[in-house]
Parts: sequence; structure tokens; C-alpha cells
Amino acid sequence: METFIFLIFAALAVASSLVVVMHRSPVYATMSLVVTLFSVAVLFVLLGAPFLGALQILIYAGAIVVLFLFVIMLLNLQKASAEADRRRGQLWVALPGALIFVGMVGLVFLRAWRAGAPPLQPLTADLVSLKGLAAALFSDYLLPFEIVGLLLLVAVIGATVAARRAPDAVAGSGPLPREDFVGAGDEPRKEARS
Amino acid sequence: MSEELVATLLKYAVMFGVFINVAPIMNWVERRACAYIQDRPGPNRVGPLGLFQPLADAAKFMLKEAVTPAAADKLLYLLAPVLALLPAFTTFVIVPFGPDLTVGGRTIPLVVAPVDTGVLLFLALSSLAVYSLVLAGYASNNKFSLLGGIRASAQLISYELALTLSVLAVLLPVNSFRLSDIVAYQQAHVWNFIPQILGFFVFLVASFAETNRLPFDLPEAESELIAGFHTEYSAMRFAAFFQAEYTNMAALAALGVTLFFGGWSLPGVHLTGWLGAIVGLVTLIAKIGICMAVFVWVRWTFPRFRYDQLMRLGWKVLLPLSILNLILVAAMTLAGWL
Repeated sequence: METFIFLIFAALAVASSLVVVMHRSPVYATMSLVVTLFSVAVLFVLLGAPFLGALQILIYAGAIVVLFLFVIMLLNLQKASAEADRRRGQLWVALPGALIFVGMVGLVFLRAWRAGAPPLQPLTADLVSLKGLAAALFSDYLLPFEIVGLLLLVAVIGATVAARRAPDAVAGSGPLPREDFVGAGDEPRKEARS
Repeated sequence: MSEELVATLLKYAVMFGVFINVAPIMNWVERRACAYIQDRPGPNRVGPLGLFQPLADAAKFMLKEAVTPAAADKLLYLLAPVLALLPAFTTFVIVPFGPDLTVGGRTIPLVVAPVDTGVLLFLALSSLAVYSLVLAGYASNNKFSLLGGIRASAQLISYELALTLSVLAVLLPVNSFRLSDIVAYQQAHVWNFIPQILGFFVFLVASFAETNRLPFDLPEAESELIAGFHTEYSAMRFAAFFQAEYTNMAALAALGVTLFFGGWSLPGVHLTGWLGAIVGLVTLIAKIGICMAVFVWVRWTFPRFRYDQLMRLGWKVLLPLSILNLILVAAMTLAGWL
């Protein structure tokens, strides 16, 4: 039964992540990403880490990808622009990423095969439980945790600075004009969408 | 294993039976209550007091033509109503509806899915509800629908934060994600809304926004966006959105009464066995019913917020209040008052 569920969701994860990188429409790619994240969350649950699975859906599928979709719809990306971006420079970004991934996986196998090295320990159910994770995060890994928090703060400040208009443009502060929020729909979408 | 499966299926059938009937009943309640508030009779022709009006509406939904706009994105357009029903009929599996039942030497917890990550699972599944609104808005290829979809995504993300933080505060003194533990805690102490009145207030306001109900129904705002994300939907596809909206309201109400008003329990009542199970289920339904009445009452009483007011309320009032509530509850828990 568990193997059956694993096979379904592993296949789904692989297939949907292929759609994410191959599909031309940004909206379809984003929705496939949701399917990928959901399938990986199910794999987490099968591995005995329901907390990670729930967090994966809550944070990634439920919030971050919604923001992706929000931005895509707000920018009203057409197919053409997505196609133009595909050609330029994508390979040069993808290549180092793939190399890092292969290196990390290779390192794990290398350590497992080298004689004399301490054998790899599987994560215990205790460690991936809510209390185990919290204890590890706030004791052994406190410094990395705080640094990640700082990184997020920097990103928030950067986004605020980037979103701020020139001072003279916001001279008449007060309630923002409605156009700021509804402007995306003012331009009609091109009807030609197959 | 198979006995457990049968028990789970039976429990799901009970909860499904409760939650699927919410939409037709609320259809009648909403229209009659709205009419009463506006001092007019409302639908009173079909059956006694117009009680068979939902049946007539259902027949109409089934017989109407389902029109698909020519320029719509067919796949996503058909997927959106289905996605709307998915979280609506899965979130209630973690809500307990009675004390443990012993049948033939087995103890059966009266909750469909007694998982450790209970509340988190609810929040995770309900956070997926936004996709149906966004996709419906996008796939319809209609600018009013698109606006509704964009509004929905921004609104739901903003209010989910405050909602989650107010739920988190309830978990602090209980030290568990299980809703049955939270009910047990409230049976031993007082109902949570007394010590956590601030958190309850934040939860209440955020749940109106999360379910797209007036005064926060900006994604559909009929006076400015026609019907927003579901403008282009008709017949059973529209009915799916309608069903999902009311089922989501009921599921969120079930979470709310379980977190703040003792769930299926009543103070001073400690029944066990089948009687306890039935009383528990009826109590839970009654409490959900009171919440639904409040939803209706608020809808026909308050005017709609403007979009910038909605965003300001979410980020500048509710979020700080929910953080303040979290700090207060944490301090009270540390001091041993809770």
C-alpha cells in the first residue's frame, strides 16, 4: 500500500517538475510546481515526517507559489516574452546549478562507500518530529537559523527600497489611489491565446 | 487495518453528510435572513416557508446550460471549480466531533483523521483554496474575473498570516497540535475565548476575509466586478463555487468553535458512549450553526471595505494585534496563568 502511494506520488513529482521547466505558459508551469510541491509533501509524510509535509504545503504551495502566480498575473506575461527569455543565458544559470546538485549527491554516495568513514545515520522519527526539530533549530543550529532570519530581513528591506518611488512622487501621501491596486486589468489581454 | 478503514470511512461519511448539507440549508437561511433584515418576505413560495427553495435551485443548476467562454483556457477553466471543492471537503477531517467511543473493545477517537499535525494540516489544506479563485479568474479571460483573481490572491495571503498567528496562540498553553487535546484542555479549564479574547477577535475578522464574505468580499464585489472570479461560470460549475464557499465557511466555523468555544463539549456535561457521541455531534453542529448565523448577520449589516482599506486593516491592524496576542499568551503561559 505504502509502496503503491510512493510510486504514484514519486512519478507525479518527476512528471510535474518536468512540466515546470518545459511548459511555455508561465501559469501552467506555476501550477505544475504546486503539484510537485504537493507530491514531495506526500513523500515527506510517507518518510514519517508529517510536520515537514504540512509545512511544505502551508508555506510553499499555500503562500510562496501564490505570490508567483500573483506576480505573473499582475505582469500579464505573454507567451512571447517567456519564449524569448528561454533562449538567452538560461543554460549558463542552469549548468552551475546542475553541477552543484550532482556534486552534493555524489558527496553523499562517496561518503557512504569510503571505507572507515562513519556510516550515514538515517534521520530518526524523533529528530523530524516537531519537538525534535525545534530543539535542534534553537540549540545546535541557532546561528545558521538567525543568519537565515537576517537574510530574510535584508530581502524585505531591499524589496521595500525597490518598491518605493522617488520622494516627489509620493509628496501627497494619504490613501493611495485605487489604480495602484487594480491597474493590472486596465490593459485588455490579447485575445490570441490558443 | 480493515476495521480501522471501515471506521474511518464511516466517520468521514458522518462529517460529509453534515458538511454537504450546509450549502442548501444556508442558501435558504441566507435569503430569508437577508429578506428579514431588508424588511421584505424573501423566497416563500416553494413549500412551507419556502423551505423547498434549495431543491428548486438545485434542479435549476442541473438543467441550465454550462457555457464555456470561447477565449477561455479550457483546462484551467474546468479545473478551477474542482479545485474549489477539494480543500472544502478535506479540511474538516481533523475536527473532533465527540468523546472517544468504545465499540467491541476498540477505542475509536471521534475524529476522521487523528493526526499529530492536526491544526497544521487544516491550515495547509485550506491555504490551497486560493488556487481555485486565482485560476478561475485567469482562465475565464475576462478582465473582471482577472481582477477578482488577483484580489483574491493578495487578500487571502494577507489574512492567512493573522489567522495562523491567532491559531498558534491557542496551541501555546495546550502544547499540542491535536484539536482533541485542545478540546480536552478547554474541558479542564475555561473556553479559550475568555483568556484569549484578542486572539478570538483577530480570528473572527480574518475568517471573514478568508471565506470572501462581506465586508471583505472584494474578489467578487458584484457592484464593481460583476461577480469577480466566477463571472463566467454558470450551471453546476457555479454551484461548485457556491458549495465550496459555504462548506469552507462551515469548516472554518468548526475550527473556530473547537479552538475558542470548546468544540463538541459543553461545560458540566460528561457523557460517554453512543449518547456522548450523539450529544457531541449535535453540540458541534449547533455551535457551527450559530457561527453561520453570525456570518449571515454580518453580511447583511456591514458595507463592503475598499481595497486599500482592506489591505491596511490586514497588515497594519490585524497582524500587529495577532503578534501582540501571541506575546501576551506566551507570557501568560510562562507565568503559569493558563
